[in-house]
Amino acid sequence: MTTPNRPFSVLIASSLAVAMAAASGSALADYPERPLTLIVPWAAGGGTDATARTIARALEEQLGQNVNVVNRTGGSGVVGHTTMINARPDGYTIGLATGEVNMMHWQGLTNLTFEDFTPIAQINYDFPGIQVAADSPYDTLEALLEAIRTEPKGTFTASGTGQGGVWHLAFAGFLMDQGIDADQVTWIPSEGAAPAMTELVSGGIDIVPSSVPEARSMIEAGRVKSFAVMSPERIPSFPDIPTTQELIGSNYQVGEWRGIAGPKGMDPDIVATLEAALEAAYQSDTYQEFMQQQGFGTEWRDAEAFGQLMQEMDGVFGDIVEQVGLAN
Amino acid sequence: MDILINGIGLVLNIETLLVIFLASLFGIFVGAVPGLTATMAVALLVPLTFYMDTIPAIAAIVTTSAMAIFAGDIPGTYLNIPGTPASAAYVGESYALAKKGRAREALGINLVCSVFGGIFGTIILIVVAQSLAEVALQFSAFEYFWLAVLGLSCSIFISVGSRIKAFLSLLFGVLLSTVGLDMMSGAPRFTFGVPDLMAGINFIPVMIGMFALNELISYYGSRSEKKNIGIDDSDSVFRQVPNHLKRYWRNMVRGSSIGTLIGALPGAGADIAAWISYGVGKGRSKEKEKYGTGNVEGIVDASSANNSGISGAWVPALVFGIPGDSITAIVIGVLYMKGMNPGPTIFMDSTGMIYALFLVFIVANLMMLPVGYAAIRLSKLFILTPSRILMPAILCFCIVGAFAINNSVVDIWLMLIVGLVAYLLAVNDFPMAPAILGLVLGKVVENNFMSAMLRTGGDLTSFFARPISAGLGVAVILLWCSPLLLRAYRRYRANRAAIAP
Repeated sequence: MTTPNRPFSVLIASSLAVAMAAASGSALADYPERPLTLIVPWAAGGGTDATARTIARALEEQLGQNVNVVNRTGGSGVVGHTTMINARPDGYTIGLATGEVNMMHWQGLTNLTFEDFTPIAQINYDFPGIQVAADSPYDTLEALLEAIRTEPKGTFTASGTGQGGVWHLAFAGFLMDQGIDADQVTWIPSEGAAPAMTELVSGGIDIVPSSVPEARSMIEAGRVKSFAVMSPERIPSFPDIPTTQELIGSNYQVGEWRGIAGPKGMDPDIVATLEAALEAAYQSDTYQEFMQQQGFGTEWRDAEAFGQLMQEMDGVFGDIVEQVGLAN
Repeated sequence: MDILINGIGLVLNIETLLVIFLASLFGIFVGAVPGLTATMAVALLVPLTFYMDTIPAIAAIVTTSAMAIFAGDIPGTYLNIPGTPASAAYVGESYALAKKGRAREALGINLVCSVFGGIFGTIILIVVAQSLAEVALQFSAFEYFWLAVLGLSCSIFISVGSRIKAFLSLLFGVLLSTVGLDMMSGAPRFTFGVPDLMAGINFIPVMIGMFALNELISYYGSRSEKKNIGIDDSDSVFRQVPNHLKRYWRNMVRGSSIGTLIGALPGAGADIAAWISYGVGKGRSKEKEKYGTGNVEGIVDASSANNSGISGAWVPALVFGIPGDSITAIVIGVLYMKGMNPGPTIFMDSTGMIYALFLVFIVANLMMLPVGYAAIRLSKLFILTPSRILMPAILCFCIVGAFAINNSVVDIWLMLIVGLVAYLLAVNDFPMAPAILGLVLGKVVENNFMSAMLRTGGDLTSFFARPISAGLGVAVILLWCSPLLLRAYRRYRANRAAIAP
């Protein structure tokens, strides 16, 4: 019974395939022919959101299509990143992925890893600074580190992200790099750098190892001082803050990357189109001026290099998560 | 002086004034539609502000948020459905008045109190922003813990009817607040493997379900399906206002002060300000028994508090770049993008920007009077529209609102389920308000408690070790004991009276 039908079904299947190829071929040629959606896994108004909206605006000029920013927040980034990888890989839904991709799965929060993404380009990299209250009894990084070393465990508290968030892990890694146990300083989880800053000023905690721009208004208000930043070079908009390398010769530089990525399985041609448009958007005055003004770090990596960075950082954070005792 | 004139020039031009006018229409619309909130309105404005100058951009946000908070009272009065969470505290009050044929009177006093609250908050912002921000900065986890406990306790004390039922309703809300990724341990709770639930239960869909959907179900559930809303609104908007103001001006000033202070605290916004002010008002009123039955006094308390809270939230935002509520969290991003960096330097700026900003607040709040009046007159629409058209339209907006806050389909389901549960609770005389407050404040109580315990190694006495914290703690414990103390006092007096003759 089935035999006579077979040629027919083959015919249908092959004609469908041809039709689809033709359709996708024309779609490719005209890509993008409708507005794009850019998913942001963090809340409207924050630093990541502002970065996303600025790059979206610069990207619109390149692609000639609207790029709509959609915030999918919560769950320490799990929700937004999950939405990104579950989108159709047609190039019309992309997202601003952040370093949490390399942290969440080690802690058992989600199964998604960097391998579920199609990397397109990295556009930003921020390094942690070491901030204390202006009235802190410690005047230098060395004095603070010495005190952390000698005082009993748990004397010092630090905050700036949730449990296992980027600044928690980056700071723990820094302590280990200095030969100090990661749990020597108690981590107080918070919803972000802003509430941690108020806790720091109110005397509730001792250290906030967030990025320096996140501490900017408090530094300018004279309520917070930043000892150092763990970056290869000083941040142009904060030229007075030395690097940890200058101060204590540390080469430990782990921070938060942000980049544009899509779901796995995107068409290479579409990726190439987006990559080229993003490079022009990244170089644009709109983006560069904004990032300069904010003090956010600009760093460009193309699709391939961005993929390598994701892979490399995945190992780095895996080690830190393991040693901090958060692995699950 | 030149700076001041510069600042005035930045506001009093066609572009800015037009933006203020359009934003006020937008704000009224969003606020008056159940399910759409002020925060959502401001978030929708963000992409538009890219293309505006700094002052019009800020004017758009200020006007929209202030209007939306007032307009939230309109559906609250006519339909018993608060338009925004900030109106939830006293929706029963204004609805009860409307049923007595005093809908416009309720909205009139509401409008005047909102304008007063908004301007009061602005004056505080202008005069004492820096010193008030200092006070807010003294608050650490210990103080926030007590403040949240105070809020939860208030929700029991202000509820009408059985306190046990109010308490159970509160616990339901607290239970919902535990869903999601626990910030302290980083462990997911009650998420059942649904990634969307990792973010926890957002209170907007819950509020829509509890108030709007619940109201819709009971409308369709009742046998006598009325054709129209049974509310008469032929009364005058402003005629009774002077009388009320004369009687309740103390409430208005107190409500505005509480609102500004709560708004200035990072993390507590207009909704919590309205709850606490309403609670305090009831506690201090000479006519406690009238609360909940359509009492103007309660409306004065809360509606001046929520609008002053909107202005108050700008205090820490401008001085320290720390958001006072969810709206200013978005504002700070916009300010940075416009190169107007929050921080003490904002007050030293020489281009008059800061004066322009203050003036925007005043103009926006004054604009509320005519636009709000027009909106009140137009609310007749709620009555003229047949219910069989109005109710489905509201359902549509409920679904849109639940979806739009997070672009998540899970939130629509959540809204529908909560609406059904809320209906069952409401039929059995459980009050909704404590559940909402439990959901909003449950996490605040838990996270601050855990945070405090983590850093002190589990030392419970630390909650009384800081002066402000100790003061708040004693106040909360006194509040808890007050029914017992009152009863003991009454018995004592009754005994004496019995002995005396």
